[in-house]
Amino acid sequence: MTIRINNNDVAPPDDARVSLLDLLREHLHLTGTKVGCNQGACGACTVLLDGDRVLSCLTLAVQADGHQVTTIEGLGSPEEPHPLQAAFIEHDGFQCGYCTPGQICAAVAMLREAASGMPSYVTVDLATEKTFLSLEEIRERMSGNLCRCGAHNGIVKAIQQVAKEQAA
Amino acid sequence: MSNVQNAVIGTVRTVLGWVPSQWLPGGTPDPLIERRAAIGQQASRLDGPAKVSGQARFAADVAMAGLSYATLVHSPITRGRITKLESGAAEAAPGVILVMTYHNMPRLGIVPMIGGTNLSAAGNSALPTMQGPDIWYNGQVVAMVLAETQEQADYAASLIEIDYREDSAKTSFENAKPDSRAPASVLFEKNHVSIGNAEQELNRAAFKVDNIYRTPGHNHNAIELHAVTVAWDGDTVLLHDATQAISATASAIAKLFNLKNEQVRVLSPLVGGGFGGKAFWDHQIIAVAAAKLAARPVRLILSRDSVYRMIGGRSPSEQRVAVGADAEGKFTSIIHTGYSIMPPYAACPEPYTLGTRAIYKSKSFEIIQRYLDLDIVPNTFMRAPGEAIGTFALENAVDELAHEMGLDPIELRLRNEPEKHPISGATFSQHATRQAYLDGAERFGWEQREARPGARRDGEWRIGMGCASGGFPYVRMPGVNIRIELRRDGSAKISCSAQEMGMGTATVQTQHAADRLGLPVEAISFELGDSALPVAPMAGGSSQTASLSGAVIAGAERLTIELLRLAGNDSPIAGLRAGEVQLAKEGIASLDDPSRYESFRSIMARASRDEVTVTASGSPPLEMFKFAMHSSSAIFCQLRVSDVTGEIRVDRMLGSFDCGTILNPKTAASQFKGGMIMGLGLALTEETLFDERSGRIMNASLADYHVPSHLDVPEIDVIWTGIPDPRSPLGARGIGEIGITGVAAAVANAVFNATGTRVRDLPITLDKVLSEIP
Amino acid sequence: MIPFTYTRASSADEAASMAIRTGHKLLGGGTNLVDLMRKNVELPSCLVDVTALSDSIKETQEGGVMIGAAARNSAVAAHPLVRTRYPMLSRAILAGASAQIRNMATVAGNLMQRTRCIYFNDVAGSRCNKRSPGSGCDAVGGFNRYHAIIGAAPACIATHPSDMCVALAALDARIHVYNKNATRIIPIVDFHGFPADRPDLETVLEAGDVITSIEIPVSPFAARSAYRKVRDRASYAFALVSVAAGVTMRERTIDDIRVAFGGIAPKPWRAFRVEMALRGGPATQEAFDDAVEAELARAVPLAGNAFKIGLTKRTLSAVLTELTGDAR
Repeated sequence: MTIRINNNDVAPPDDARVSLLDLLREHLHLTGTKVGCNQGACGACTVLLDGDRVLSCLTLAVQADGHQVTTIEGLGSPEEPHPLQAAFIEHDGFQCGYCTPGQICAAVAMLREAASGMPSYVTVDLATEKTFLSLEEIRERMSGNLCRCGAHNGIVKAIQQVAKEQAA
Repeated sequence: MSNVQNAVIGTVRTVLGWVPSQWLPGGTPDPLIERRAAIGQQASRLDGPAKVSGQARFAADVAMAGLSYATLVHSPITRGRITKLESGAAEAAPGVILVMTYHNMPRLGIVPMIGGTNLSAAGNSALPTMQGPDIWYNGQVVAMVLAETQEQADYAASLIEIDYREDSAKTSFENAKPDSRAPASVLFEKNHVSIGNAEQELNRAAFKVDNIYRTPGHNHNAIELHAVTVAWDGDTVLLHDATQAISATASAIAKLFNLKNEQVRVLSPLVGGGFGGKAFWDHQIIAVAAAKLAARPVRLILSRDSVYRMIGGRSPSEQRVAVGADAEGKFTSIIHTGYSIMPPYAACPEPYTLGTRAIYKSKSFEIIQRYLDLDIVPNTFMRAPGEAIGTFALENAVDELAHEMGLDPIELRLRNEPEKHPISGATFSQHATRQAYLDGAERFGWEQREARPGARRDGEWRIGMGCASGGFPYVRMPGVNIRIELRRDGSAKISCSAQEMGMGTATVQTQHAADRLGLPVEAISFELGDSALPVAPMAGGSSQTASLSGAVIAGAERLTIELLRLAGNDSPIAGLRAGEVQLAKEGIASLDDPSRYESFRSIMARASRDEVTVTASGSPPLEMFKFAMHSSSAIFCQLRVSDVTGEIRVDRMLGSFDCGTILNPKTAASQFKGGMIMGLGLALTEETLFDERSGRIMNASLADYHVPSHLDVPEIDVIWTGIPDPRSPLGARGIGEIGITGVAAAVANAVFNATGTRVRDLPITLDKVLSEIP
Repeated sequence: MIPFTYTRASSADEAASMAIRTGHKLLGGGTNLVDLMRKNVELPSCLVDVTALSDSIKETQEGGVMIGAAARNSAVAAHPLVRTRYPMLSRAILAGASAQIRNMATVAGNLMQRTRCIYFNDVAGSRCNKRSPGSGCDAVGGFNRYHAIIGAAPACIATHPSDMCVALAALDARIHVYNKNATRIIPIVDFHGFPADRPDLETVLEAGDVITSIEIPVSPFAARSAYRKVRDRASYAFALVSVAAGVTMRERTIDDIRVAFGGIAPKPWRAFRVEMALRGGPATQEAFDDAVEAELARAVPLAGNAFKIGLTKRTLSAVLTELTGDAR
């Protein structure tokens, strides 16, 4: 079995202690995924596992064996950015840029979750199948990604713009 | 700081007082204030595409062959001595390369401290790093393990056995008060200010408030962990560091390891947030020493726990603020005194009273700060050190006084607006706090506020509005050096060892240089983040943009002189002197007769030059001594408080700033908002839990120290007067720190307006509000 | 982390045979266990990945819901059956942690999660009877804002951190546990223990036990149910107090009611006394207040958490007022 990372097959590490985060950063030099706390408290290490957002710091690399991983590098490039990457620049959704890859990966998955009807803690009617991404909904759904520079307004605006584009 | 220093500064000020203003740099306003093109434009960050695609390389991202990984071990006791240190098991563990303790750590001296007269210093601790068995504070580094992988290093670190002899430690804020000290200076200001008899004035004031305000310790919590990747090559060493003090870090390492400056190179092109926390600490020293001892490249990424234990934060404070006013609401007395922690080995005197000296006029003042010596990790500068928490106390008190008097709090503030600096009497270079308030109040809809607390409701929520003033001094650092290389193809490269932590340094200076050199923005590249480039001071005190701008001005002057020399006598601009021309339209033009013009390309072609390179240093920042140069702000907040739970939800905020010219509205707005959001955390959730029983920080994690999450952050509106400061480069003053000032008070004042509960003890958690709601 | 091996179990039987071995620990999403291993609180020599066990979410013949142990928290919260019949459970799960963590965490793992007490987590510097029985408790005289006001013991005042389990407690969930060819069912209220003298023993599970599923019985009261969480940060924070409640009314009388509290006790706290006091009575403010008084009469507040008594009362009262609103 292998871990498929950004469409490349990678052998899982021999040492079971290696986190998916460390595998990406130190073994594969995919350093776009960032380490902010290594304990599931900041969201900087967010990647997509089979399309779902997860924390790579709390995922052992061996757990990802047989699964697909997409990192920020797999979403787009400076030349061909993902719509969310472009929107983050447009709305200044970052300053230092460190939490940014995690924010963007989380946002990509979040838009998919919302489209599938996934509710959130602030969704008034849990039975409803349709999610309207109000600012409050976006904020609650993105709260697992901390930003210390305070780019929250820009991040939320960027996501809202892409959500509108996708709905159109 | 010493009496001598006060005397020196005092003398300089006295002398400068006699100097006509036009003699000073900035005496004639920067001409670019009038004719800017790129400056003031909404420009996206130049590093944006790399940052959003994961291509931006931070210190811990650098790949290197043969890299080894370090983990640190911290003392769990506060004062005492190591009595036994057994590292055999760790050394024998798989993959371990080196265990370093005080036994084998190279013998090193101590680095120069930040904040003194030495502007090239960045040290945060006067304690030695792993030089002996003595323990000075809980969390002090006692050992380092280096291994082939991070996992191996982390595990081996758990195998080191250390016994300690514990001595009694000073850990109680209250108990330390009798031994507090009041130094002569706080940073560059005199500590004790006594004008008139403030206690007497307070006693006989028509209206007065007199309260104690408390603020807890805080940690910077940049999301990027402190990290350094180090490699020796023979007798030179390269550090990929996350630092807001590039040149100072290089010189500190050189000094400690007995190297010449050229033997040390620090690269730090991007820093994942600093906020004062990323200067020089033990980890850089340890990584460099370990790489030398092991003869291997070393990566040391501090764990989040390590960051809390070995990188100090903002000191807690207990402040007394008393304000007395006469019947018309004119202040007759302002008293601001208090205690904060600063062990003798720390660099930062948390100057919470400095803002109070510049913000209101008063008949009398009594200001003094006292410091407690506790055995703690050295506290340091954190965003708006002093003002962030000082404005909480003062602006809460002013709101209380306004309520007492039945006056609108804005009206009370405007009645006490100073025409000149209240303490020094110096003229303000530019000061439009009144406009900031009036503009802000109008845009925010302040007239909707009900003066009576608890008057507005929406279901279970009580709604309140509050405002407060913020402020921060202008600082331009001396000693900024830059190099400008102008090429015949019409491009220019500017180089400086400046720092980028998210402020948009290169973006804004590229805009600046385009206007200054008369080139299109696309023709400019700005190179920073490398100690091999011309020396710049650390990024701190919201000074970097003004300081760099001053250096670019000096560089452009040099370049002009050089180009005029090259132009020679066969040029339309022959005979003109530097003061008679400007750089414009990719060439030099006469100020009086713009038809007298020659392009750079033409000058350089005739002189057979492919490039012209100049180096220059910014002028001494004498304007700071001649004028009172302060930015100010009016912060507005509307929030809800749950009647049921006491939970506070901020619904909207507005910051109205008077900070001179805004160079890039897009990045500036982000910086203001960022400061305000950190202010929200300060107001509502942030607190470093220091267990006085053990001297240990108990919430050393982002799970237990609550920085604001997305859901805590409302839409924030930011406006500015935009009035240029005629005494500063580009008319700009710093904007990095003022955003946080005043926010905690605006929130506290809004909570009072919503509920009638006055919380004088940060953070304003729900239990403090709930206790007063029936 | 100490070195360990990793293996995957493909069935409950396989998992049970491995779980009984010394040093072996079952691994779900790892959101709590991996963190505790990194802090050296947990020191397993082998992790047995049980995420291949059933993750199905199905209606039972009786009309309840059966949730496979390996179902992810997010899948449970999003499931139509859960959202429509047990909204308090959906809301409780969505109140916990972050979307990323909910995508990783399994329901069995959530049941097994350990306290977030800051002294429990501090291996290097603090005493903790839960980590090291008999060593002492630094939380009692320390920072105990997040600690228990009820059901605790002098030896340990830690709270159970789960949101999901609070709703499960109110819903009388039944934990299906497999061991040695036999399955037994443990009611959720009996699943977590009281600290007393052995705060290290947090559940009634024995060596070799494997949680296979969680059954939620038919619960008419759950259709009108709510979960409200009160915390210091608006999101991504543990509860100071949380309330799960469901009510059915018969005209103006409370016909049936379930209430559980989170954030105030060493286990998800089923408020039987509140239920007893209110069942068959009027849905009035006074009745709510009296009921919660009865429940919290035994509360033992500490310096940092005494406010939770009032907060619990207010929050419960608000939740019940809302749930019984149109019937009052």
